[in-house]
Amino acid sequence: MNRNELERIASQVRRDIVRMVANVNSGHPGGSLGCADFLTVLYFDVLHHNASNFSMEGKGEDIFYLSNGHISPVWYSVLARSGYFPVSELGTFRKLSSRLQGHPSTDKKLPGVRMASGSLGQGLSVALGNALQKKLDGDKSIVYTLHGDGELQEGQIWEAAMYAAANKVDNVIATIDFNGRQIDGDVDQVLSLGNLALKWQAFGWEVLEMDGHSIDDIKNTLAEAKTLTGNAKPVVIIMKTEMGQGVDFMMGSHKWHGVAPNPEQLVNALSQLEETLGDY
Amino acid sequence: MVEIEVLGKKDTRSGFGEGLAELGRTNNQVVALCADLTGSLKMDAFKNENPERFFQVGIAEANMMGMASGLAVGGKIPFTGTFANFSTGRVYDQIRQSIAYSKKNVKICASHAGLTLGEDGATHQILEDIGMMKMLPNMTVIVPADFNQTKQATIAIADFEGPVYLRFGRPVVPIFVKDDAEFKIGKADIIIEGTDVTIIACGHLVWKSIEAAKILAAQGISAEVINMHTIKPLDEQAVLTSVAKTKCVVTAEEHMLNGGLGDSVAQVLTRNFLCPQEYVGVNDTFGESGTPEELMVKYHIDTPDVVAAALKVIKRKQ
Repeated sequence: MNRNELERIASQVRRDIVRMVANVNSGHPGGSLGCADFLTVLYFDVLHHNASNFSMEGKGEDIFYLSNGHISPVWYSVLARSGYFPVSELGTFRKLSSRLQGHPSTDKKLPGVRMASGSLGQGLSVALGNALQKKLDGDKSIVYTLHGDGELQEGQIWEAAMYAAANKVDNVIATIDFNGRQIDGDVDQVLSLGNLALKWQAFGWEVLEMDGHSIDDIKNTLAEAKTLTGNAKPVVIIMKTEMGQGVDFMMGSHKWHGVAPNPEQLVNALSQLEETLGDY
Repeated sequence: MVEIEVLGKKDTRSGFGEGLAELGRTNNQVVALCADLTGSLKMDAFKNENPERFFQVGIAEANMMGMASGLAVGGKIPFTGTFANFSTGRVYDQIRQSIAYSKKNVKICASHAGLTLGEDGATHQILEDIGMMKMLPNMTVIVPADFNQTKQATIAIADFEGPVYLRFGRPVVPIFVKDDAEFKIGKADIIIEGTDVTIIACGHLVWKSIEAAKILAAQGISAEVINMHTIKPLDEQAVLTSVAKTKCVVTAEEHMLNGGLGDSVAQVLTRNFLCPQEYVGVNDTFGESGTPEELMVKYHIDTPDVVAAALKVIKRKQ
C-alpha cells in the first residue's frame, strides 16, 4: 500500500480514537494517537494475517500483541478498519456488554485479540511463548509486540528480554512507543530509562530506531526488522513518537495520556483530522 | 471400618514428575517450563526425553507464566513447574490477566506447598495459594492426596481444556490410592464410609484423616472420610450426600483457614444444609523452620487435631 493510502487510513484511525474516547468520556487518547501510524502500517502493509476469518491459534499468520493495553482505541480502530469486526462496533467502546473492553480482552471473543493486556509488562513474555510455539510447529511467521516506554519500568520486560536473547528467539519483533511520557509526567522525571538503545543491545537484542510518524520510515524499518529475523537474535525497534500526534492541543505534554476530550475539544480535534473512510 | 491398605511411601512431587514424563511420551502438544527447580519438581525425565519441548526460564517466574500463556495461544499444553509460593503469590497478576482472564490452557504445577516444605521456613511455606487460585474465575484447583493420585491428576489435566492449578508437596507420605484408579476432576473420592461425622480433606491431610478415622472407630465413632482432591469446582453433591447422613463436618487441609477447602465446604453448607463444621488448618499465622512432622504438630494439622475436631463437632450436633 502506498504512503498516501496509509496516511489516509491513519487519519481516519485518529478520528475514530478521539470520537471513541469522547463518546464515553474515558480512555487513553494520547498514546493511541501516537501509535496510529505504526499500527496502520503494521496491519495494512506488513502483517500476513486473516482479518475476515480470525482464528485464535493463528497458524501460519503473523501475530500482534498489544502489551500496553490502555491504548486499546487505536488497536480497536485498526482491527475494525482492517476487517476483523464491523466498524460500527467502535461506538460500543467501554460500554456495558461491549466486546471492546476498556483494556483488550479475550473474554468476550473480540476477533483480533488473543490475550488480555492492561496490567503492564506481560506482552513480551506472551509473545516469546507464541514465538516458541511457532518454532516448534515449523511456522515461519513473525510475532510482533508493542510496548509503552513507561511500561519498560516493569521488571518482567527484562526477564523476557534476557530469555529471548539467551535462547535465540529470533522470530519476535518488539516495538517500543518511545514518546517520553507517562501518566505522572515525563518518563525521565518519573523513572528514567537511561540509554534505552544501549540497554537493549546489552541484553543481546538487535536494535533499530525509527520515526513513528513517518510512514516511509515505519515501512522501511519494519522491512529491515524482518530481514533481521531468523538470525539468532530478537529484534527491537525504538520508535520515536509524540503523544497526542495529530491533535495540536494534545501534543507536547503527558496530560492527554488518559483524559477524554469534552464536546468542544472533540470538535476542535476532528477539525484537524480529515475524514477519509467515513466515520463509524 | 474398612482397612485402608498402604501401597508404599513416596512424595507427591514424584507423582507429578512421573505423570509429566508419561505425558511427554503420549501427547506431543505437552510442553513444560521450569524456573530453575527442575530437580525439585522432578521434571528431569520429561526434560531429558523431550529437550525441545522443555523450557528452562531461569529464576523468572513472571516471564514463565507469560510464556506459558503464549505457548497455549498456538495450541500447546504448557505445564509450569516451580514451588507453590512462586507459582502463585509471586505471579498472581500474570496468572490473573494472561492465564485466568484470557482463559489459556496452562497447567500451573506447584510443589513444596504448605508447612511440610519444612526447614526452609515461612518464606517458602505458602498457605494461601488455594485461596488465591480458587478466587480466580476460570481456574480449576486440584490438590491430590498421594503419589498415585498426583500422577493420575497430572495426566488427567492434560486432557482438560482450561487453566488448572495443581498443588502437591515435598514430604514422603503413604500411598493409598490404587495405581489404576481413574482420576475424575471435580469428583470426590469417598475413602471410608461412615455415619457419625464427615471428614473432608485434601492433600496430605487425607492420610491424616484416615488415621483419625481409625482412632475414632476404636472409640465407637463411625467417620466418613472424603478425599476432596478438587477444591474447585467442588463436588457439592458428595458433601451434601454425606452430611445428610452424618449431620456434621470436619474439614482438614494444609492451608490457611481463611480461603481454603473449609471455606468452600462452608459455602455449600450455608446455602443448602446447615450443620456444625469444625476446621483443621493453619489459623492466620505464618509457619517457621522445622521438620514436616514437627510443624504439623505445632500448627495443629496432625492426626490428633482431626480427631479432636471430630469429637468437638459431634458434640455440637446435640
